Parts: sequence; structure tokens; C-alpha cells
Amino acid sequence: MEVTTKSMPYEAWKDNEYIEGLVKQLQESGTNVIVGSLDKLINWGRSNSIWPLTFATSCCGIEFVSLGAARFDMARFGWEVARSSPRQADFMMVAGTIVHRMVPVFRRLYDQLAEPKYVIACGSCAISGGPFRKSYHVAKGIEDIVPVDVFVPGCPPRPEAMIYGIMQLSRKIKVERFFGGVNRKEKQQEFLAQHPVEGVED
Amino acid sequence: MQDFSFITTWIDNSLRSLMPGWLAVTTECLLVGVGLLLVYALLALFYIYYERKLCAAFQCRLGPNRVGPMGLCQSFADMFKMLIKEIIHLNHIDRFLFALAPYLVIIASMLAFAVLPWGNGLQIINFNIGIFFLIAVSSIGVLGILLAGWSSNNKFTLIGSLRSGAQMVSYELSIGLSVITMVCLAGTMSVEGIVAEQADLWFIFKGHLPALIAFVIYMIAGTAETNRGPFDLPEAESELTAGYHTEYSGMHFGFFYLAEYLNLFIVSGVAATLFFGGWMPLHFPGWDGFNAIMDYIPGVVWFILKAFALSFIIIWFKWTFPRLRIDQLLSLEWKYLLPINLFNLVLMVIIIITNFHF
Amino acid sequence: MANYIEKIQTLFPAATLESDRTPLFTIPGEQWHDMAVALRDNAELKFDYCVTVVGMDWTENLGAIYYLMSTSYNTVVGVKVLAKGDREKPWICSVEDVWHVAGLYEREVFDFFGIIFVGNNDMRRLFLNIDWVGYPLRKDYDENPDINPVSIENERQTDFTDVYSLDEKGELVKNERRIFEKDDFVVNIGPQHPATHGVLRFRTAVNGEEIKKIDIYLGYIHRGIEKLCESLTYPQTLHFMDRMDYFSAHNYHHALCMVIEKAAGIEISRRAQVIRVMMDELSRIASHCLFIGTYCMDLGATTMLFYTLRVREQILDIMEKTCGARMTFNYDCIGGVMQDLAPDFVADVKALLEVLPKNIKEYNEIFTGNVIAKNRMEGVGVLTREDAIAYGVTGPSGRASGWACDMRKLQPYSIYEELDFEEVTATEGDSMARFQCRMREMEESAKILAQLVDNIPEGEYCVKVPKMLKLPAGKWFQITEGCRGAFGIYLESDGSTKPFRIKLATPCLPQAAVVDHITRGQKIADLITIGGSLDYIVPDIDR
Repeated sequence: MEVTTKSMPYEAWKDNEYIEGLVKQLQESGTNVIVGSLDKLINWGRSNSIWPLTFATSCCGIEFVSLGAARFDMARFGWEVARSSPRQADFMMVAGTIVHRMVPVFRRLYDQLAEPKYVIACGSCAISGGPFRKSYHVAKGIEDIVPVDVFVPGCPPRPEAMIYGIMQLSRKIKVERFFGGVNRKEKQQEFLAQHPVEGVED
Repeated sequence: MQDFSFITTWIDNSLRSLMPGWLAVTTECLLVGVGLLLVYALLALFYIYYERKLCAAFQCRLGPNRVGPMGLCQSFADMFKMLIKEIIHLNHIDRFLFALAPYLVIIASMLAFAVLPWGNGLQIINFNIGIFFLIAVSSIGVLGILLAGWSSNNKFTLIGSLRSGAQMVSYELSIGLSVITMVCLAGTMSVEGIVAEQADLWFIFKGHLPALIAFVIYMIAGTAETNRGPFDLPEAESELTAGYHTEYSGMHFGFFYLAEYLNLFIVSGVAATLFFGGWMPLHFPGWDGFNAIMDYIPGVVWFILKAFALSFIIIWFKWTFPRLRIDQLLSLEWKYLLPINLFNLVLMVIIIITNFHF
Repeated sequence: MANYIEKIQTLFPAATLESDRTPLFTIPGEQWHDMAVALRDNAELKFDYCVTVVGMDWTENLGAIYYLMSTSYNTVVGVKVLAKGDREKPWICSVEDVWHVAGLYEREVFDFFGIIFVGNNDMRRLFLNIDWVGYPLRKDYDENPDINPVSIENERQTDFTDVYSLDEKGELVKNERRIFEKDDFVVNIGPQHPATHGVLRFRTAVNGEEIKKIDIYLGYIHRGIEKLCESLTYPQTLHFMDRMDYFSAHNYHHALCMVIEKAAGIEISRRAQVIRVMMDELSRIASHCLFIGTYCMDLGATTMLFYTLRVREQILDIMEKTCGARMTFNYDCIGGVMQDLAPDFVADVKALLEVLPKNIKEYNEIFTGNVIAKNRMEGVGVLTREDAIAYGVTGPSGRASGWACDMRKLQPYSIYEELDFEEVTATEGDSMARFQCRMREMEESAKILAQLVDNIPEGEYCVKVPKMLKLPAGKWFQITEGCRGAFGIYLESDGSTKPFRIKLATPCLPQAAVVDHITRGQKIADLITIGGSLDYIVPDIDR
């Protein structure tokens, strides 16, 4: 099964092995025909409708604005419905540095996203701390705080790179199983069990 | 003018020949209900696409074009996504009211939807007070919004819903008065009657100046009534994150989302009915050949096209004007629109009495 | 220049003149408050604008340097005050009552160095959360991550702030003060909010739709750039300038390069000067373009953003051809610029100058003339000239209040002296004036570009500079004009290859702090109008 999107040949993608691994997992687990085709329909819907949360802390956020503008126009893919309320968004583009003081806020925003939810670490600050890695007040990558689905390197990444990142996410969603044992959900549960938040009621 | 009533009578007759009368009526009600829901959902989805494409055009962009031909399937994908999104259960809220609010909003818009005149003989309910019923049920929506804001136990939603309450109650006046102005001209409150009155000429031409004023006021108030820009204060993104529906997720949010777009259709549909003849084709007195040609286009097409064209204007407003502030919004209504409207009503009555209309 | 130094010396014989590049006095702590009042009120001095307060840790003692500027005589002076007490509880007299903005800067110094300012009304930490251990900019700060771990638990909140005073014995006494009244309805706006332009947090006490008071919380993007600079060589420190106010990346780069060049005694070629100024002005246009777009979007007119971004993209194209990047350019370097101009730079700039007036006209037609826009902006958030100076609001926001504070005119640097351009000012001081000042500033920048585009001299674009640059020991202070206001850099060198202390006095911090003052009694929607019109960039505030 070749997972690709409109007008993009399969060979043009990077990290195909990862997606193939997911497909393999999917096929090995076996599924019944009706659930399988319903799954396909739902995944078609989910992978084509990923709404971002308006969340930006620094420079990368401005490139995210450019992404919405006429030249790059993420509306073509249906990503332009940026929701300000985390409850209505599908993924969060972590555009910018996450510092110590922001970490609890950021984690809370992630917890407030409605399932199924995804995270894209955008730019070197979000991936590893970037140029500020040695600072006393910068979190060294967001991987320790939330589970990350896609990493987009760059400082800041060009809008084209961001489009590619979100397309990769869309590809990843396509090969997930929604009914029963989503091949990502387990990992997410595992992660959340290892990084619990205490004292938060909702 | 095609008459659709022969289809409906045929269905009615064949059903009645198969089953007892009461069962036939129940089946018809169910059929109508299902049909209504289907049309409702399809229209709302189309409207979401329509707005996104238009907005893109105003902003020199392309808009959705990847999912399906010309991006037409985009809103279907959105709907599938929304249906399976998690509905988050919150603590410290009034659960019953919280769950009730989106249904109130969607029921209000559905009830109003039922009254619209789709075509000759294609009307779901035909009251003698149809237009009055429409205004009455559409104001249930504000209750849903108030409940949503209040029950979420969130300061942003509370402010958003209170703004919305103030706004909708005020602008209902303007809507009501401009509708009354046109009801005066029509001489009836029945939707079918209003459309039939426009068989020779649409009201916007027939009533000339007062009708034009009423139309402009109706469009302004209608935009405010649907909570759309420049009157989108209850959900002003930059001030109150997402306004009264901040805490809603999944399909509950989807209901608000659909209702918002459907209300847009209803407002433009009512405007089309009151000012542009509903499903009535464009007729001019004396131009018989022209009128006959116009009659070839079915009423449903006329109605939907008119509604889309009027929605286009409302969408155009939204993507052009900056947002008003709450006090400016209220003073616009109470200090300008309301007095003009009252004066306009008097003017219309004088014109009708003196038979000065066309 | 000489007479105000003499004047200060006659008034305060205890003050010793330390350096005369930018005059720097040292004053004993007990005389500091009297001197501050005299500096502000004396008719021959009139230092009414506090540019910045630099906290310092000279390992043997702590202290602060106040940089002051006179808006009447256009003179700059620094005053160094050493902290009293031991390293546990050092303290200095606060001058918040003399210059209002100094209160905020003192909070920053308290946060970074632990120096207590006696008499300051609000001695909370400014950037770090209240449970933070240690004072990070001290030289002996322990950076061990176990002391201040990354925590996903919500930070502790308090409704109280500390106020310190001295008792009769001269001991420090700590008192608590409530920030909001007990039954205020406090709405939390930010840090994740679409209108705060980043991660800024306002705790807003409201009365219905009316704002009673705003308490501002910073530090959600505080990255410790000043501390990081101290462990890097001079050329390495430059790249942080791109990431503070990312719209005036060129301007900030230019400023730091200039300070280092001044300290090292490097003369740069005229070609490099011209290129730097052109890049500065291009980024000013791009920055103001984005301001107009996002501001209109805040007010609800989303479409304007797309029209203004069109011009911005065109400018980014010009920059990309020369610098190779869209945002973090890293173009200015010590001794000149990194690469020579791209071959079609001149043609591209000319094309831009051709479309820019048409676009500005279009923006005015779409937005400025709109009756709703006028109602939303006119008379909203009025900042008087006196308040602008007291709160240190510079840049287009300050100029809209009638304060001619363009550092390109006041403290000319590079080749700005030779250029013919007007300083845009307005008198109304409301949001509309701030908006239009930026609009007109774009025209002025275009004027500068038009003068330079045909006169880029030939020559080398970068002089040879040793890779491991050593600066002589000393202190330098330079003010330049960023896109959002006066950007000051204080550089202290101990003679090594790394800076001993770099203080970046960014324009956005006072602009964010003034929001509380000008939103009182206005509507919540006006908070967005006012905050947007001040045009602060949060990473620039937090550094």
C-alpha cells in the first residue's frame, strides 16, 4: 500500500520506511472488512481535515502566518481553519521556543486538545532548544513534555517545509486504525503514563 | 411556472392507497423530516465550502482545492473528522445545560428552515402566520447561545454569550420591523401569500424607496443576527478566543458551526422571500415574452440562487469590514436603525394608502 | 556637552566621572535618589527619559547603571550605583517615583541579580516564576538543571506583591501589597491568546466590559539571551539579534555590530554602511507592513493581512536573494556584511519602490477611511507626550504622542546624518495616530531607499577582522532605532574574547508595560486595539 497524496509521487517522500512500518503493523493485526472500509472512510476525512491550533511563541509563528498567506496558501489543503480554542483543533504546531515558564501552559494546552490529537515540533527550538539549548530557562526539546508526531527542522523552517511537515502528518493519519488499537494511541498512553500531571482536575 | 404540488399530491395519494390515513400522514412527516435533515446538512456543508472559497478569492488565494474536484469534498472530510472527534467532558460545569445548548441552537435554525418557500408547492408548512413563526423560532437560538456561554463556567464564554444576548435581542427589533414593513406591502403574513403577491413584480421594485430602506436595514440586522463580521463580537477571535463555544468540542461544536452557516442561508432566504420574490421568477408587468422565458427556470433554482447571491453580500461584509465594538454596535441599532425603521414603516403605510407603489 | 557634566559635578561633588565616551558617573547609594530628582528637574539637565537600567555583577559587588536621556537637550548620561548590603540581600533606593519606567526595569534587575529596590511598589520577579531558585545573571549562578527542573506542574500564583522599605535602624522590611482588590472579576488573557501577539499574559480586572486594571505577566518566552551571550565570542553573539525582534533583525544586528566595531576601533567601508542602512529600511517597511496586517486582523478585518503580506513577501524575496534566508538573516557581521549584494538587488528595490506607493494608497482606501475603523481607533488609548516619556514608549508609538524620539535623528549613526528624510510625528497619541505614523514611516523609508538605491558605492563589503576578536576593557553604550523604537545596547568588556556583560534595552518592554496605564476605563475590545497599535513583539520583551 503506497500512502501518498494528490500530485505527489511516492518516491518524492522521505521517511517512507516509517510509514511502511505503520502499514505493516496495520496489516498484521488484521481487520474485518466492514470495519476496515469504515476506517478508510474516516481516515480519509481525518487526514484531509487537520485544523491547527493558533499557537506560536516566536519567529516560527511568523512563518506560520506566511503559510496562510496567498503565496503558500495552506487553505488549499483545508488547513486554514485555525481554531483559537484547543478543544476544536486537531493538531498543534509548536512554532517557537518553549521555556520553563511556558511548559505547564503548553502541556495544559495539549491536554485540552480533543482526541485524536497530534503535535508537530516546528523549528530547532521546539526540537532540541536550538540556539538557546544552553540557556537556563529553555526546555531542551518538547519531546519530554508531549508526544511528538512530526519534526520539522529549520530556524525557522521555510513555509514549504511546514507544508511538507503537515503533509507527512496527514500521511501518518491515513494509516492509523481508528477502531480498536490505534497504532499510535498505545504509544501516547504510554507516554502520558510516564509523564503524568498531578493536581490538574480537568 | 412549474408546479411541484403534483409530485407531493402523487406521493400523498399513493401512500394513502397503501395504508390508513394516519399512518400515511406519519410516514409523510418522517419523509419530510429526513429530507429536511439531509438538505439541511448538505446545504450547511456547501455553505462552509462556499464561504471558504469566497474568502480565498477576496484574499487573492486559491482556497480548498485538494480534496475532491475543486476541493468540493473538503467540508465532507471536515464533517467526518468532526463526527469522530472526542467530546470532552468537563468538570465544574452544568452538564445538562451544557449538553442542551447546541441542540437548542440547531433546532431553532431547523425550525426556521422549515418555513422557507422552496418552490411552487414545495413548502413544508404553510401557516397563515408563517413569517411571524419564523421570527419567533429563530430567536430560540439566542437562548442556546446564552446557555452555552453560561454553562461552560468560563469567563470568556460568559462575556461572549452576554454580548451575544444583547446583540441579538436588539437586532431582532430591526429584523422584525423591516419584516413588518414588507408584510404591510404584501398584506399577508403567510409565506406563500407573500411570494404569490410578487407574481407581477418583486417587492424590492414594487415598494421602491421604503422597500429599499427596509432591505438595507434587513441585511445589516441579518448579518448581526447571524453573528457574522463585522458584528461577530460573540465569537470575536482576537478578543475572546472562540467566544461562547470555546469549551465545546467534537460534534457539539459541529452543531454550532453548522447552525452558523445555516442561519446565513436562512437570513438570505428570508431576504429573498421578502424582497426578491422567493421562488418567483423575475417578472415585469407587460413583458410577457420575457416573463414566459423566465418561467422555464424552476422555482427551486431561483430561490437557491437568490439566497446564494444574498449570502455572497453578507460574506463580502465579513471579509471586508473590521469588527465593531459592543457599545458602537448597540448605538448603531438603537440610535440609527430603529428610528429609521420606524419612520420607514410609516412611510410604507402612507405609500400603500396613497397607492403610490408600482 | 561639557557644561552638563560640569553642572552635575558641581551639584554632586561625590559623583565621580568614570568614562567620558558616554559620560558615566558613579554615585554613592545614599545620594542616588536626590541626584535622580535633580537630574530630572534641574532646568539645565532635564534628564526626563530613563533609557534603561543595567543590572551588574562585578563579582566583588553588585550594582546598577541607569542610562538617562534628556529630551530637551538630547544628551545621554549614565549613573552607576553600587548596591549596599551583602550578596544575600543587596539593595538600592528605587527611583520609580522619578521615572515611571525605571520601576519596571528595576523589577527586571531584581529578577536577574536579586538586587532589592527599596521603595519600588512591585518587587516581584518579572520574567521567572516565583519559585525560581537563584538569580541567573549573577556570575556565580548555578546552572545545574536539577535546581530548576522543567516542570509540567502549574506554576504557583499569588495575588500579593512585595514592597520593601527601611526601618529606623536602616534594616530592610518586607511588606505585602494586594495586586487586585478582593472582589475584582479577573479575566486571564493569555499567554495562549490570539490577540496578545505571542505569549504575553494580562490578568485583567474587568467591570462588565470595562477594564479596571491590568497586571502584566512576562517571561513565557524568556530565553536568557543576555546570559547566553556571556559564554560566546563576539561574532557568535550576533545571531541572537535575529531572534529577539525578528522583524528588525537587520537593525539589531547593525546595532550590535556597531558597538563592537566602535569598541574594537574598526572602520567599515562606505559600501557596507550603505548596504546596512538599506537593509534596515527594507526591514522597517516589511515590519510595518506586517504590523498593519496583523493590526487590522485584530480589529476583525482579516483580508488586509493578505494584502500587506504581499509587499512583505516581495521584500523577503529581495533579502533572500542577498542573505539566503527569509527571516533569520545573520547578514551584518563585524566589519561589514556577510556577502555582497545579489546582482539584481538594485532592480528589485526599484520594483518595490514602484509598487509601494500604490499599495499604501490601497491600504488607506480599504481600511483607514473605513468608518468602523475610524470609530474603533480614534480617541482610543490616548497616550500623552509626558506619559510617553515617563513610560519610555519610543518608536512610532512614542512619536504618535508628539515625542520626537527617532534615534536616527537624535543620535545619528552610520550614514543617517547625510540622508534626507522626515521624522514622522503626530500629536493625537491615540491608536489611529500610532497606526498612521507607521503608515507614513513606510513612505519615509521608501524615500531613504530611493536616495540610496542609485548611489551604492563600489568598494569592499567587509574589512578583515580577526576571528577571535578581543575588545579592550571598557564600557560602551549605543542607542539605535529598531523598527519599534529605541534599541540600546550596553557592552562591558574585561579584555577577553567574550563579553563580560551585554544588556539589550529593547523597545517593546516599556510598550507592553504602558498597556495598563492607557487601557484603564476602556472596553475589553479596546485592549486589543491598544495592544495591537503599540505593536510589541513578545520575544523582544522577554529576550
